[in-house]
Amino acid sequence: MKYLAEYRDPDLARGLVTRIKATATRHWVLMEVCGGQTHTIVRHGIDELVADQVEMIHGPGCPVCVTPLEQIDRALAVASRPAVIFTSFGDMLRVPGSRTDLLHVRAQGGDVRVVYSPLDAVELARRHPEREVVFFAVGFETTAPANAMAVWRAHQLGLTNFSVLVSHVTVPPAITAIVESPDNRVQGFLAAGHVCTVMGWRQYEPLAARYRVPIVVTGFEPVDILEGMAMAVSQLEEGRHEVENQYVRSVRRDGNRLAQELITRIFQPVDRQWRGIGMIPASGLGLRPEFAAFDAEAKFGLTNIRAQEPAACRAGDVLRGRLKPHECPVFGRECTPEHPLGAPMVSSEGACAAYYNCGRARLPAAKTA
Amino acid sequence: MTNDPSLAAGPVCPVPLGSATHVLLGHGSGGKLSAELLRERFLRRFGNPALAALGDAAVLDNPGGRLVVSTDTFVVTPLEFPGGDIGTLAVNGTLNDLAMMGAEPCWLTAGFVLEEGLSFTVLDRVLDSMARAAAAAGVPIVTGDTKVVERGKADGLYVNTTGIGTQTEEFSPGPAGAAPGDAILVSGAIGRHGMAVMAAREDLGFATTITSDTACLVPLVQRLRASAGGAVHALRDPTRGGVASALNELARAADVGMVLEERALPIPGPVAAACAVLGLDPLYVANEGMLVAVVAEERAEAALAALRDHPLGREAVRIGTVTSEHRRLVELRTAVGGRRIVDMLPGDQLPRIC
Repeated sequence: MKYLAEYRDPDLARGLVTRIKATATRHWVLMEVCGGQTHTIVRHGIDELVADQVEMIHGPGCPVCVTPLEQIDRALAVASRPAVIFTSFGDMLRVPGSRTDLLHVRAQGGDVRVVYSPLDAVELARRHPEREVVFFAVGFETTAPANAMAVWRAHQLGLTNFSVLVSHVTVPPAITAIVESPDNRVQGFLAAGHVCTVMGWRQYEPLAARYRVPIVVTGFEPVDILEGMAMAVSQLEEGRHEVENQYVRSVRRDGNRLAQELITRIFQPVDRQWRGIGMIPASGLGLRPEFAAFDAEAKFGLTNIRAQEPAACRAGDVLRGRLKPHECPVFGRECTPEHPLGAPMVSSEGACAAYYNCGRARLPAAKTA
Repeated sequence: MTNDPSLAAGPVCPVPLGSATHVLLGHGSGGKLSAELLRERFLRRFGNPALAALGDAAVLDNPGGRLVVSTDTFVVTPLEFPGGDIGTLAVNGTLNDLAMMGAEPCWLTAGFVLEEGLSFTVLDRVLDSMARAAAAAGVPIVTGDTKVVERGKADGLYVNTTGIGTQTEEFSPGPAGAAPGDAILVSGAIGRHGMAVMAAREDLGFATTITSDTACLVPLVQRLRASAGGAVHALRDPTRGGVASALNELARAADVGMVLEERALPIPGPVAAACAVLGLDPLYVANEGMLVAVVAEERAEAALAALRDHPLGREAVRIGTVTSEHRRLVELRTAVGGRRIVDMLPGDQLPRIC
């Protein structure tokens, strides 16, 4: 099938593994930024194929995982209100807040609905003028244009019963925070292909230059990931630190200008808490003042809800690459996908859930080919 | 509108008998409307001597041997989807559960919960489907029940079916039968039913050509029996939870490990594409017309050939092997040469954000 089968081709994959093994003269540490890439790596066992050459640290690019606990609690508070239809992407439903999750809120009578597009939430608001429709606007630059479009559409329609609970984050400030951290081990990055489809890679050029790290814009299929790894390893071996584009079928240097224009029309940079990591300056997107009427936090008085992370969860260390998921003391014991203590165990893109679901640390050690 | 059948039959009733286009509460009253519903819609389609006797229970001749009984309740939105409807599911699903125990099905029962307001056009189509599926399998529906609940108290129509069959000792595959060295076969493509139903839900926003695979698996099991007999160690129809959950259940029941080859998995292109868009794994998507068979290695080729000899089994293929290593775990060798565990899911699969 076009655009899928060829990027899962076993012969191409084996060729890239051989190339990485032939190129690497030493052991390198790379980080894949995006949770979708983590999912592919663990699902296909890619990191085990080149374990002697490359260590993959799983980055903070899972929107479910980095949405702060108090933002989840705010979502739960507003979703429990009788007049509200709370809408969300599917994988936010099981994320535990301090006391419950959206699935339980729904079971107890809350009107919680999964939507595949934020525009579906706007349509719900149009069809139900007597109800308040709230959309949980989470994600990186990938989901920001569609979420911005939802606000813009609601604005155009003059809807007063639609609002968004915004928890948007952006990638470049997170990369900066990682490379500036004193115990950083990451020597090169696989940047998230879908984020760059929207934003292009100009923002990454000063990062690669200033911190002398290769950044390879990479796709999400096994062959994409292996090719991105091979390109990063080549740069490291040759002493280069450039931004390169592996995901050429989707990404241009300037990205999607229309989508960027829409984001800046609706959102502006704000300081944002990252779950497990903490405050990163100017790392989030918030509504511009002229769209404040669509801000669910203000509309429903949610800003005073505060929360404390469970002490046993080491998600912060996992998200910063200091700890492999299965090295966490509660991994697979107190913390499982059925009873997650932290967000990386919830979403299938979360590093902990990916390790758990794919059975890392449960299979006998791999027999290296 | 009235709920009283005696009034409904009278000259002043605004809803004269026989003219209703939708299910009314009165159809569940036990009165004339109920009798009419039974006669005009159910008996007309499901007619057979045991049912036609209209006793409080069906009276059946003892077929001898071991009886196998299975019951299942069917709840699906939408009621009709590409490739089938709740009626075909209700008949085939229960027949398949019997077939997975190696049983020859003899009788079915059917219970219906109808929601007030359900269109008779839809109900008639569903009942036609049930009648067709039961007739094709040669299994009569010998007793049944209908209840009507108020609008809003049910999702259109729920169906429960119970199947009764007979089993012989020589051919009684059970969940615990898998043994190290056995071949793991599937009779057809993976993931069609679940994705067809998901695509038919109007809020998905993209069109696909995927149709449900709903089918009666009895003929396939008969072929397996003829070709491999007692070498068929375990059978499963991987409905809810998909192939992954079915294999995990078999591995746990038999205390064995399993190794699957990703490259061998028969996942149709449209199913793979729809799953990729939604962030779902086809191995966990429901099937309603294919089976997983665990067969002793020496009879595996014969069993495969027998499956492929039937239209339902044309795409039958071996997907893996039972092992004594990593007991109770199902390992997948990925197409690119890696490996992972295919585990049970904690709940439903949830579509990913991006």
